[in-house]
Amino acid sequence: MNLLNTFFNGPVLLASLPQLLQGLLVTLQIGITSIICGLIGGLFLSVTRLYAPGFARGLIRVYIDIFRSIPLLVLLIVVYYALPFVGIRLSPFLSAVTALSLVSAAYTAEIFRAGIEAIPKGQFEASAALGLSNRHTMVDVVLPQAIRIVIPPLTNNCINVLKDTALASVVAMPDLLKQATQAQALSANPTPLIGAALIYVALLWPMVAIVGRLEKHFSRGRS
Amino acid sequence: MTTQTAPLISIRGLVKAYDAFTVLHGIDLDIAEGEVVCVIGPSGSGKSTLIRCINHLEAFSPDSTITVDGIRVEPGKALAQVRAEVGMVFQSFNLFPHMSVVRNVMLAPMRVRGTSAAEAERKARELLARVGIAEQADKFPGQLSGGQQQRVAIARALAMEPKVLLFDEPTSALDPEMVGEVLDVMRQLAGTGVTMVVVTHEMGFARQVADRVIFMDGGRLVEAGTPQEIFDRPSHERTRGFLRAVLNH
Repeated sequence: MNLLNTFFNGPVLLASLPQLLQGLLVTLQIGITSIICGLIGGLFLSVTRLYAPGFARGLIRVYIDIFRSIPLLVLLIVVYYALPFVGIRLSPFLSAVTALSLVSAAYTAEIFRAGIEAIPKGQFEASAALGLSNRHTMVDVVLPQAIRIVIPPLTNNCINVLKDTALASVVAMPDLLKQATQAQALSANPTPLIGAALIYVALLWPMVAIVGRLEKHFSRGRS
Repeated sequence: MTTQTAPLISIRGLVKAYDAFTVLHGIDLDIAEGEVVCVIGPSGSGKSTLIRCINHLEAFSPDSTITVDGIRVEPGKALAQVRAEVGMVFQSFNLFPHMSVVRNVMLAPMRVRGTSAAEAERKARELLARVGIAEQADKFPGQLSGGQQQRVAIARALAMEPKVLLFDEPTSALDPEMVGEVLDVMRQLAGTGVTMVVVTHEMGFARQVADRVIFMDGGRLVEAGTPQEIFDRPSHERTRGFLRAVLNH
């Protein structure tokens, strides 16, 4: 009984619920903004890497490797606490979105590259032989086919971005986790943390299940 | 008639080399407008590489020159112009699997020539009828047989109204019973006056349809002549050996 009262305290949960939902809204704002910026950035990086001259290609490789190696928490703290020393002062929201987008773009670029490389060479050759420009080859021929291949790993990346938004709480962003810890301190009871955990799971479980289904679906279609 | 018209395709000293391996050892070849040229030879003789250089799907030595209709084939702005005039049909069809058959044929005229969708579709359906698959227009390539897919690929190339059609072993990936339907379409095309360069192992087709047959071996153009000259009176021992091997099996 004591355990129930400690972790699953109904009145405490109810009292903290509006605060948690506010936090969820902030989490979704950070997450969705970062996912969109990461997608655009990643697509730009992967296509540029394909067609740009060697020098630019090298730069993009370095970018991708660096931002896949750096721990997100470290990057976030650098953006929020270190950049002000050179005069770049970003709000907690912008800091979180910047850090998440930079990293997500690196992962997304790798996903798109793998998707584009999976398109048979004959598709590029047929497009070239018809006189299609690089842009039309991408937009009309390659990307529509690559999208099918990259949807499962892209969804996976979206899940990771949404999960990583919790790190924004360290730069005082009132996201779901931050609201939960505040509610916990206020009520001297950890139930709001459990509530936050349940909300994360409720939000992401369907996406995890969808990825599983998509992966099965696409691997079947390939045989 | 003292002046001779310039050749449509002119190839001079064509060299193609990978790091240590030379695929083409200096090919010289002129192809006149309306001519049907069949390129034969053993595997690895460089025949496919030769025609893939004509639209620069393969880069070649910068000392070599290829011109198509007076335009030099080299990387840069003019290449798109050359490719718009040179259609290509591949061994493995290379249709766009995510588009319907009619969209496959419409795409290049719309994107490269700026043809309206309605006009491109009218033209596409007309071409699909010409290659005998009008009723498959709204299916996807994956739903068609190999022979039908290759005929779509021919219609797709024709949609650009090219001056030259390159065929890279167009029947080699087909089941034997489908070879005939594709060769029939090509034979019919040859009668329309379009310039064709065909890499093929179909000796019967070459003998019957070609204006000129070219025999290649080891990256060199060994001999060229009328089908009668090449098939009945080959002058080189290598040509004789190759024809013996392919005709008496």
